[in-house]
Amino acid sequence: MTQPISALALIAAIVAVSPAPTFANPFETRLANGLRVIVKEDRRAPSAVHMVWYRAGAMDEKDGTSGVAHVLEHMMFKGTKKHVSGEFNKIVAEAGGRDNAFTSLDYTAYFQIVPNRALPRMMELEADRMSNLRLTAKEFEQEIKVVMEERRMRTEDNPQSLVHEALYAAAFKAHPYRRPIIGWMDDLEHMSYTDARDWYRAWYTPGNAYVVVVGDVDHQAVFDLAAKTYGRIKSHALPERKPRNEPAQAGIKRVTVKAPARLPYLTMAWKVPRLNDVDTDREPYALEVLATVLDGHDAARFSKNLVRGQKIAQSAGAGYDGTLRGEALFLFDGQPAEGKTVAELEAALRAELKRVQDEGVSPEELARVKTQTIASQVYKRDSMMAQAMEIGGLEAAGHKWRDIDKLLEKIRGVTAEEVQAVARKYFNDDTLTVAVLEPLPLDQAKPKKSAVATRH
Amino acid sequence: MRKILITVFALFATAAHAGPKIEHWVAPSGARVYFVETRVLPILDLSVDFAAGTVFGPADKTGVAGLTRALLDAGAGNLDEERISAKLVDIGARMSGSADADRAGMSLRTLSSKPERDAALELLRAVLSAPTFPESVLTREKARTIASIREADTRPDSIAAKRFAAAIYPNHAYGASATVESVERIGRDDLVAFHRDNYAARRAVVSIIGDVSRAEAEAIAQRLTEALPAGKPDVVIPPIAKPVRAAVKIAHPASQSHIHIGAPAIARTDPDYYALLLGNYVLGGGGFVSRLMQEVREKRGYAYSVYSYFAPRKLEGPFEIGLQTKREQAGEAIKVVEDVLAKFLVEGPTAKELAAAKKNLVDGLALRIDSNAKILGYLSAIGFYGLPLTYLDDFPAKINAVTTANVKAAFARHVKQENLVTVIVAAD
Repeated sequence: MTQPISALALIAAIVAVSPAPTFANPFETRLANGLRVIVKEDRRAPSAVHMVWYRAGAMDEKDGTSGVAHVLEHMMFKGTKKHVSGEFNKIVAEAGGRDNAFTSLDYTAYFQIVPNRALPRMMELEADRMSNLRLTAKEFEQEIKVVMEERRMRTEDNPQSLVHEALYAAAFKAHPYRRPIIGWMDDLEHMSYTDARDWYRAWYTPGNAYVVVVGDVDHQAVFDLAAKTYGRIKSHALPERKPRNEPAQAGIKRVTVKAPARLPYLTMAWKVPRLNDVDTDREPYALEVLATVLDGHDAARFSKNLVRGQKIAQSAGAGYDGTLRGEALFLFDGQPAEGKTVAELEAALRAELKRVQDEGVSPEELARVKTQTIASQVYKRDSMMAQAMEIGGLEAAGHKWRDIDKLLEKIRGVTAEEVQAVARKYFNDDTLTVAVLEPLPLDQAKPKKSAVATRH
Repeated sequence: MRKILITVFALFATAAHAGPKIEHWVAPSGARVYFVETRVLPILDLSVDFAAGTVFGPADKTGVAGLTRALLDAGAGNLDEERISAKLVDIGARMSGSADADRAGMSLRTLSSKPERDAALELLRAVLSAPTFPESVLTREKARTIASIREADTRPDSIAAKRFAAAIYPNHAYGASATVESVERIGRDDLVAFHRDNYAARRAVVSIIGDVSRAEAEAIAQRLTEALPAGKPDVVIPPIAKPVRAAVKIAHPASQSHIHIGAPAIARTDPDYYALLLGNYVLGGGGFVSRLMQEVREKRGYAYSVYSYFAPRKLEGPFEIGLQTKREQAGEAIKVVEDVLAKFLVEGPTAKELAAAKKNLVDGLALRIDSNAKILGYLSAIGFYGLPLTYLDDFPAKINAVTTANVKAAFARHVKQENLVTVIVAAD
């Protein structure tokens, strides 16, 4: 039996062979209008990733217009004063590139992956739609149907999505994370183009955005281009952001969703802290290590003990994301193995948690977390998009890309005692929400007819 | 520092070629090896693929290819599954597997520093050459597979995919999906036999990219394949019979109908590959700019996702158009799709569309080979399907040579109205 290689030996090995750029890479500048531009030079291949992130997502919406952040994301491809609807996609495609966008609870982001010589054109186009979008009732009426089809596909006909939607809606009553990103169907049915236009006017401004470029580019050239394109746009003030903090939960919440399926599905969510201060916080890092010990890799406890060992779960997962603007949850989910019940699975998940609370985690498990963290960072450098996402995601939560290395250091510094302490402190039933899928046999489910359209 | 500069200059110096420099040899074991040396990142990616897909399994035991592949790392040599996963995690390596109709294999990503690399490769060697297929693990994984089949058979998307495959490949292994019954029939002996017959060096392609020298790559490829079983003589996969035009409707309570339209179409080595790739880009492969996307989504708002693709295999792989739409409007949406396809089959792409498609496919090649992981996929395909080593270098010229007439002729040969099968799940 060979000795596991220590994380320290690994770090030494990587430092020795790694051509980690020693210059000040990435580079950042701030234009006069408040737009920040972050460039990471990666010269391995003649490609470039260009992303624009707006710090406006589903959490900034109001009741009655849930989903508008995502609807606007769709409308951003519908033309500007200069370019007709669809032209954006056409130009990207002819450059050999691909483009898309995504909306989250916290932000909305747009990206193009192109041969590096096409980057100037992409910046021109993206700057154009930052302030010149032409949002018409006609285009909106067409596109809102597409969004409703998207909701049917992702949520209405997907039992596990319905459970997640129910989980968040139950866990939060005041905090905006209770609303689904794609929006409630009824809100989509009653949305008008003016809702989308108001959203655009309120949030799409250089001061609320940042640009991330990763690729075979010269950062100074990108800064100059940014000044010539994005730099021309005037910034305006943002609407007031109310905190909308969730009141303390005082008692377990349980919800059930019935939908056509065979296997039941269980989700459990506890309220836990998010990462606020990269330097002084300790608990968020301990929570992240806890999630990795339970479900971060093939040898982690849930797979090993619940799926393979006790054979009580068809699948079992744990997750924690503390890098966000809103309130954080620590999630468990899983499907019981055939012949087992949801109650048995819940008991087994709780038993795993109790074992950490009572016995803590082993030095071997902590070493694995560290090894995984280091290896992931090295592997991430094989993908420009992964690097751009890492920078953009951290900035979206209000942190700095400069903290990427520090975050990893902090994870590596977590002790067994800290993991045990957060397991004891945060996982009591008073802040727990449980959502369960109760499978409905196919022949007992009525065909889901769509509501008669009330739009005109 | 110096190392970085040299690498960067080397990259520029070779920029005249479309693709990376691929080296190829046959290992003493008989395995074919495809290798790209790149030293920029301290990582090594490799895959070992075998002609061991579902077509090689017994007809009454569909699922044996997938289970054999899935259980390779469930015990090997004197290691049990827990030791294997723990050892991989302890060195930061990632091992994963894949299996499709034609091939099955394992891929590995590891840090290239010697202790980690050597340990990872020894594990890969063990799981490929000396899997133990423990009875207890097989019992558990059969139960999990059966549970997931039963679950999948409630989902409109998987029902549609399975019924479509069965309908376009009647009585052929390309159309078969594992069922509860076929999995229940599988025993440990079946896995042992499937491994012994198919996981042979001369049925293997080893693809390697990363921070190792040619000499090291030669040693690695031989070490990985020297202890593999001898295998059985090649079996001939029965030819594909084209289906007769038909529509299959399946009841389901979903709010959207899931629609697939298509037929068996093209083998990977068919010279029409480039013409079909270009034509399909215009029809439904080119994302937002395709005709299907324009007509179905952009003009009518009928669907979020609508696409078409060719999935070439050893024999004729499928051509497929797919979409999901509110069940009440499925009939209208299908009509639009059929009109778009019929017009395209008669007229082909316009000159403007063809030029735009060429620009995307040729200029976009650089993006499709801008990481080790992506190049690894090409090495594996080049090796498995016997494509020329210059495949990536030749790609721009092959694409640029295609004319509108070529596209029309290629579609006329491979996509015929009389063979198109339509499957609708959640049909009213």
